Amino acid sequence: MNRHTQLPAHLHDIRNRVEGYAREYGLDFFDTVFEVLGFDEINMVAAYGGFPNRYPHWRFGMDYERLSKGYEYGLSKIYEMVINNDPSYAYLLESNMDVDQKLVMAHVFGHVDFFKNNFMFRHTNRKMMDQMANHATRVRRYQDKLGVEAVEDFIDRCLSLENLIDYQSPYVKRRPDRPRARASEEGKEERPVARGFKTDREYMQSYINPREFIEAQQKKLDEEAARKKKFPERPERDVLLFMLEKAPLERWEHDVLSIAREEAYYFAPQGQTKIMNEGWATYWHSKIMTERALEASEIIDYADHHSGTLATHPGQLNPYKVGVELWRDIEDRWNKGRCGKEYDECDSFVERKHWDKRLGLGREKIFEVRKHYNDVTFIDEFLTLEFCVQQKLFTFGYNEKHQRWEIMEREFRKVKEKLLHMLTNFGQPSIAIEDGNYENRGELYLVHKHDGVDLKLDYARDTLRNLQSLWRRPVNLHTKVEGRGTIFRYDGREHADRRAEL
Amino acid sequence: MSLKIKQDHARFRDIVRGRIKRNLKKYIQKGELVGKKGKDFITIPVPTIDIPHFRFGEKSQGGVAQGAGNPGDPLSGPDGQAGSGQAGQGEGQHLLEVDVSLDELAEILGEELALPRIQPKGKDRIVTTRLKYTGISPSGPESLRHFKRTYKQALRRQIASGSYNHRRPMVVPVREDRRYRTWKHVPLPETNAVVIYMMDVSGSMGDEQKEIVRIESFWIDTWLRKHYKGLETRYIIHDAVAREVDRDTFFHTRESGGTMISSAYKLALELIEGEYAPTSWNVYPFHFSDGDNWSADDTRLCVDLLQERILPAVNLFCYGQVESPYGSGQFIKDLKEAVGARENVSLSEIADKDAIYPSIKQFLGTGK
Repeated sequence: MNRHTQLPAHLHDIRNRVEGYAREYGLDFFDTVFEVLGFDEINMVAAYGGFPNRYPHWRFGMDYERLSKGYEYGLSKIYEMVINNDPSYAYLLESNMDVDQKLVMAHVFGHVDFFKNNFMFRHTNRKMMDQMANHATRVRRYQDKLGVEAVEDFIDRCLSLENLIDYQSPYVKRRPDRPRARASEEGKEERPVARGFKTDREYMQSYINPREFIEAQQKKLDEEAARKKKFPERPERDVLLFMLEKAPLERWEHDVLSIAREEAYYFAPQGQTKIMNEGWATYWHSKIMTERALEASEIIDYADHHSGTLATHPGQLNPYKVGVELWRDIEDRWNKGRCGKEYDECDSFVERKHWDKRLGLGREKIFEVRKHYNDVTFIDEFLTLEFCVQQKLFTFGYNEKHQRWEIMEREFRKVKEKLLHMLTNFGQPSIAIEDGNYENRGELYLVHKHDGVDLKLDYARDTLRNLQSLWRRPVNLHTKVEGRGTIFRYDGREHADRRAEL
Repeated sequence: MSLKIKQDHARFRDIVRGRIKRNLKKYIQKGELVGKKGKDFITIPVPTIDIPHFRFGEKSQGGVAQGAGNPGDPLSGPDGQAGSGQAGQGEGQHLLEVDVSLDELAEILGEELALPRIQPKGKDRIVTTRLKYTGISPSGPESLRHFKRTYKQALRRQIASGSYNHRRPMVVPVREDRRYRTWKHVPLPETNAVVIYMMDVSGSMGDEQKEIVRIESFWIDTWLRKHYKGLETRYIIHDAVAREVDRDTFFHTRESGGTMISSAYKLALELIEGEYAPTSWNVYPFHFSDGDNWSADDTRLCVDLLQERILPAVNLFCYGQVESPYGSGQFIKDLKEAVGARENVSLSEIADKDAIYPSIKQFLGTGK
């Protein structure tokens, strides 16, 4: 960026001080580059998802318009933005007061510590800043060659599918690194024969390998053989990868799609740790500010802005609020020893209330948690009944009869269930490719694992159309609509639905 | 330095513009955008601009939040409204609301309908200017002396020269301290225009007919406002008698009497002659009715009024006849016969909402 975005002297001093405090508390972060931007520039960078060198696309312009409108009307203001990169980049808004800048810096160090240490981010590209610029160059080159609209149109279609990735895949091995050397591939389709356990004694054979056992084994082998013939072998959740490998794409299309996929995987962990990450950063800015960095004259402004970020609204969950409260709750519980078998089995309300073993393990525990958890496991493990009551959590839904949104339940189990459901698979429907040669016609067959919530149908149809344009052959999606199995199909010209149970 | 995002933003606006243009006919027919109107901007729901994903339907999903309240209590809604929106009704309609300036909208309308630019009349006739006080200067007539600024200046000078004593705060301006208001000549808008809407509100005009008038008037306003800085609108309703009303009343009144169209024309004429001298104003009377007049005598009177006095004074006289189950629709025939050949007359029959589009084209396509 330009030189004028470097920190002015007084902010540089503040930064050094805040960084010092953060290190004293044991935060461990990448080197962080702060840049000071005007509101127009910060809106731009925010529209680009934090990377000033993104490829050109109208969607960024749309986000920019929304952000600038929000700023102009005084509805919203971007305080802070930080990029998971090494070194990390963070942006400060020029017009903010010094106390805000201090707060933002403390907050940013919390985020960077999280980026560096949380396991979800271990696979992300820490040189993404350069990679994004690289992507932009590639996209521009294609646009110069093929025209802006053709490339843009294709990017639209890629983006439409960007959530069809396998959110867990960076952390588990789904398929072997090298394709197995398959004997059967050379045309000879031998039916594998189950032999059962080896035995030298013929007379023992019927005892060691009774007939039912052999039959069961045979069946298993046959199933496996059948599966190998299927394509893909297992349901493929990484639809983008499948497209890259199997769809008849042109070279540039292949490249653009791989860009979209790479960026989707880069951003995914941030969405999967939103509550933890924001909570963690908020926890630390509040700690650093109130215990170390604040001066008496700044307290009112600090309190005002801090409470602003923690405000709750009826229709949405504030990740900052829930996050920071949960972190504090964990710290408190481990400090007092309100965990483990003994505490869980205690029935006395009074005893539980005054439970304090003075263990002082809180700090240690939260650092451990920030390393090994993501939002789903975090909520699953640490959201307790007491917390739910104390934080007044509830579920809400749309009441068709009253034509309005209403509070539905306050029961702990329901709340937790709903919350976990919202977080699982990143809050996206889980859709996988079951068959790439559906009905032996080269059609694509996807199955939506329906877990109680229907898809938004108009969006689904349009997305299907985009998928079809990559696959070229007709595409089918099995899902449920109001409890009934339905297959949506798009063949390149028209949509068709039909009833079909799995 | 211009920001890199400006390119993407311009591209986005381009796309929006294209979408609006493509769907203009639908907007006009459904009147979708009328009503969500700010002063200079209008919010337009633009279909299919958002990138579609496989995602959950909002209403079937719900969510988790925190705060006070009992089960069954209403939320104030995730989007701030009480969830009574009609989003997601149509198929393939992911709507995005975009702000478009009225100027831009008029341009889109012009391009899409291929409307000729209006040649305002009376460009060179208006020479009036107005005085506007715009600043302060150290010289000027005494009558325009700015008391406060003068004393401020004197105080400033005294403090600077050390002659000010705060124990005995006395400020004495000298000649150099005096400050005077200065002014500029601001030419009045070169072109002024007035639209006089007249509508028949007799019993035979139903709600649908009024809706058509409302939609048409919105687009007419938009187009004319693009060409005239100071556009005024006046509203006249009539049954057997005519009266002037405000905009709101205009669209919501329903009377049950008979119809004397001449009463409206007389009132319009009064307005024109009283307030909008044709030498300095571009006058646009628009009249909507179901074409059912009280008597042939009255129609004759109307035609006389038009021919003798209204038509010579106005840029364009438009008559839109909305179809109604009760009207005979005779009036437009009479008009066609009598004044149809005049070049500043535009007559249009509007059978239903689909006909609004061509009718706007007909009205505004004259380029008057």
